[in-house]
Amino acid sequence: MRTALLPEFSVVRDENRCIQCRVCERQCSFDVYSYDAGNNLMVHREENCVACQRCSVLCPTNALVIKMNDYTYRPNANWTRESISDLKKQAETGGVLLTGMGCDKPLKNYWDHILLNASQVTNPSIDPLREPMELRTRLGRKADHLEIRNGNLEVPDYPYVDLSTPIMFGAMSYGAISYNCFKSLAQAAHEVGTMFNTGEGGWPRELRKFGTNTIVQCASGRFGLDLEYFNDAAMVEIKIGQGAKPGIGGHLPGEKVSAHISQTRMIPMGSDAISPAPHHDIYSIEDLQMLVHALKEATDYRKPVSVKISAVHNAPAIASGMVRAGADIIVIDGVRGGTGAAPKILRDNVGLPIELALAAVDTRLREEGIRNWASLVCSGGIRNSSDIFKAIALGADAVYIGTAALMALGCTVCQKCYTGKCAWGITTQDPYLSKRVNPEIGTQALVNLLRAWSLEIKEMLGCAGINSIESVRGNRLQLRGIGLEDWELGVLGIRGAGQ
Amino acid sequence: MNPVVITVKTKEPATFAEKLKKKVAYSPAKWHQIDAAGVHYKDLNRKIRAMAEKGARKFEIRNVFGQRYIGTNLWGIEREKIKIRIHGTPGSDLGALLDGPAIDVFGNVQDATGNTMNGGKIIIHGSAGDVLGYSMRGGEIYVRGNVGYRVGIHMKEYEAKVPTIVIGGTVQDFFGEYMAGGRIIVLNKFFEDNPPQRLSYFIGTGMHGGTIYIRGEVEINQVGAEVGMTEPADDEWKIIERYVHRYCKAFGFESRQAKLLKREKFIKLYAKSSRPYGMLYAY
Repeated sequence: MRTALLPEFSVVRDENRCIQCRVCERQCSFDVYSYDAGNNLMVHREENCVACQRCSVLCPTNALVIKMNDYTYRPNANWTRESISDLKKQAETGGVLLTGMGCDKPLKNYWDHILLNASQVTNPSIDPLREPMELRTRLGRKADHLEIRNGNLEVPDYPYVDLSTPIMFGAMSYGAISYNCFKSLAQAAHEVGTMFNTGEGGWPRELRKFGTNTIVQCASGRFGLDLEYFNDAAMVEIKIGQGAKPGIGGHLPGEKVSAHISQTRMIPMGSDAISPAPHHDIYSIEDLQMLVHALKEATDYRKPVSVKISAVHNAPAIASGMVRAGADIIVIDGVRGGTGAAPKILRDNVGLPIELALAAVDTRLREEGIRNWASLVCSGGIRNSSDIFKAIALGADAVYIGTAALMALGCTVCQKCYTGKCAWGITTQDPYLSKRVNPEIGTQALVNLLRAWSLEIKEMLGCAGINSIESVRGNRLQLRGIGLEDWELGVLGIRGAGQ
Repeated sequence: MNPVVITVKTKEPATFAEKLKKKVAYSPAKWHQIDAAGVHYKDLNRKIRAMAEKGARKFEIRNVFGQRYIGTNLWGIEREKIKIRIHGTPGSDLGALLDGPAIDVFGNVQDATGNTMNGGKIIIHGSAGDVLGYSMRGGEIYVRGNVGYRVGIHMKEYEAKVPTIVIGGTVQDFFGEYMAGGRIIVLNKFFEDNPPQRLSYFIGTGMHGGTIYIRGEVEINQVGAEVGMTEPADDEWKIIERYVHRYCKAFGFESRQAKLLKREKFIKLYAKSSRPYGMLYAY
């Protein structure tokens, strides 16, 4: 059936520049280009274009421009082009609309409504180039109080992980992303001294040498996990929900389950890898406590156990339950968190912005006097170092980045991860495509990103006259809101600008 | 003034190789007796592990009363040789993540027995609670009596690793949901001829692999839409015979075995597709 959808993007080719080298044809994994030998011309199928910009970046003569298609329906504030296109696609297929990455709707971005403080006169600002600045972050339960016995300070031996910078790579499974990407994340985490998260896709044997920089995940599908998996890692994470699709499970389509993936996940080739919506052994906080302690038993209480949920309406109460269930670290993932595949309707409509959820959870745990029982990690749409600084001032111990890390590897957020055709070689298992990420170059790009952000965080610390990230944690006096209503300032626990 | 000495107690674990070098204090051949009365599960499990590290392989634990996670921390040792006999009622998550040891329970068990089990054997001389064998990926579980709800959810298999559960009595709802591999054999009330109080429903919903063999009748409205029903094939019947034989041997029912193994009484439930949700989405 011929589709009634308008092409989303236009390919504009400058024929004077084009040398018919066919790079665009080889680079495009969505079959937009083909070569007409008779006329020595490149021809286009624009309806296939996803605007990933692989062709335009690699065109040696800069002959290609990919832009929004000029075709338009009659402008209508209610029936936007997106809503018309989505509806027509569903009328043609009868299916649930799938998409990739995080919510792209113009929800209020609270990071952009928060401003930072700086020292002027009354306490001096610090130059991070000449004075030491501490970004080291320890995740895990902290002691309730100090104990001194026989003149010695005794510290309880709660398990922990140390990070050189409060930025970690969030859970992206091998299967969702290519092996080269997965390896780049592992190597970069190792080089920087932070952590990467395996997600729920198993952990290839040859990458276990990076165990001290690895968080392994136990999600509802329980793929690829055994006692060695937990004990080889530095930290174990129970995934209950993720920001892009709160309340539903995961689903790696059978065509992505290749031989190596099948081995790593320990499932047959070509079979769907379905992670059920809930863990069917967890229907309550008491059940969660049971799994948390099962994993602690399995690791002889030597690994911190974290629990990750999506930012949802009553996240503070749930977080309190998670901490009381024994989680050493809790992770809250906001509505802008990315994914390889999610129903569009959920991605765009379910969950909360992480800024609000984070502040609400931190406040609640402080009110209950249990904030030190667990570290708090937030994720979901962290775009730059000031987002991280603001997150820490709102109460986070550290952040996960996912989409940002993939962008360092080439991602342009075209949102077609679920097709498995990623032209940048990131969310694909096609050997031809996945070679496009060189693990060594990828590692360097990620290391560069974390280095740059860490330097910027030090600049912001110096600016505030603070020399340790510990002194920013939950220090909401560093923040002022602008363009926010009273209730929003109240949830964030910050004052308005000028107050 | 004297400086304050700060001692941070850290638990740097010795490697297993180092631990195994320690003097062997326990005989591997002997059944070591442990009294679990009033012992917290953490202490009980640590004790078993510590003894196993010093050479013990056989454990007889008495007065077990609600202690969880027995067998969970037994890794890195010669775990295939470990045998545990439990007298009493162990708590939830018995043998969670179990990978090798054989556990005999002379009593009933609570919820989530064999949770995400990877290998080994659990024999239950009684009945089991809910979520037995959740996400099980290897090994065998035998239950003499009945089991609760959500049993065998999301079991999976990979190559030669095929987990198997044999249940002597009845099962409840959501049995074998999301099953992706492995096999479950349900023998349905063969030694108590009482009919079950109620039928179970939602059997095999979302099933996309594995097989369930049920001795008795199953109505079409009891199973999920993804489930097909047929008779066991010849090679499958051999598997059923083998496991029913092991079941009877484990619980001393050899004399009833012939009565139990009437092929015409068995139904096989299987996944119609390994891609049950393949047609759900618009791309």
